[in-house]
Amino acid sequence: MSLAPGWYLGLAAVLFSIGALGLMVRRNVLIMFMCIELMLNAANLTFVTFSRMLGDIGGQAVVFFVLVVAAAEVVVGLGIVVAIFRRRRTTTADDLHVLKG
Amino acid sequence: MTGALLAATGAVSNLAATGATPAGHATVPDIITFVVCAALVLAGAIGVVTSRNPVHAALSLVLTLVGIAVLFVEQSADFLAVVQVIVYAGAIVVLFLFVIMFLGVDRRERIRVEPLKGQRPLALLLVVLSLGAIIALAVNANWVTGAHAVAGSTTGGGQTNVYLLGKSVFTTYLFAFEATAALLVIAVVGAVFLARRPTGPESDEPDTGELDEPDELEPSPPVLSVEPPAPAEPVEQPAEPVEVRQ
Repeated sequence: MSLAPGWYLGLAAVLFSIGALGLMVRRNVLIMFMCIELMLNAANLTFVTFSRMLGDIGGQAVVFFVLVVAAAEVVVGLGIVVAIFRRRRTTTADDLHVLKG
Repeated sequence: MTGALLAATGAVSNLAATGATPAGHATVPDIITFVVCAALVLAGAIGVVTSRNPVHAALSLVLTLVGIAVLFVEQSADFLAVVQVIVYAGAIVVLFLFVIMFLGVDRRERIRVEPLKGQRPLALLLVVLSLGAIIALAVNANWVTGAHAVAGSTTGGGQTNVYLLGKSVFTTYLFAFEATAALLVIAVVGAVFLARRPTGPESDEPDTGELDEPDELEPSPPVLSVEPPAPAEPVEQPAEPVEVRQ
């Protein structure tokens, strides 16, 4: 057996917080994407922990789908980053203010 | 099989009714594994947030992902651990590194300066508040919901984790599975479309010169500088995104 679920949930909460902090603080778009991955992983860890806690395989199935969605999101996001870099020579979020009204 | 599932479901609901957790006895190796992996995960996460070089951030991300994979194994989610390593560490991080190298942004960033005044303290305050709220909620909430397993047990019938997860994905979540297939196709098409060189007359200033020929042959910069007609030549030097390194 492994540890009580509370430890895993606490670790996931801390990991999610670190990811959210990075997303709000950093300005490099690539690193912001990595922080989103951190948050997704924290959510995955929570899902797996609850799956073990409740004895339901559905949590693991959800993690499977989250992995797929994360892969798709990264592919499209990095495509956008490449397209933006081609126009503006930067990957800093501060310089991308063309949508400002 | 169904009987075993039912029995397992009943056991789980009994367990939930009494409020006990399935983790009865954690042995010393379990504790050591958890502590080491938690340290790996947190160190990697902090590395992602604080490192100035994007390449270092990507490598720290690998550290976190491997730690999470080991935690998956420890919670007997074997298939997900393998998929985590293959998909995340093997594909997504490589994609990140590829884009970093491709764009040539692998230089140090000045993270000391703070262009938005008060952004960091505010973000820290917000995160600490929400973390405290999550933990307070987790401590105070009543987790015993009496919910039954609707998608099959994690230990049903003595089958392996891969069997159970596959059965769940291909029966209960079949529609979602098909939808993810469509999603992946759409993502690939979208990424190809986004990464294409703009070809219309509406393209911006760096790309004006080379509209006629190189659409279909995946333009590589040295070939491009030879091919287009004469008016393109003064504009062309800034047009290669690969070579701009400053």
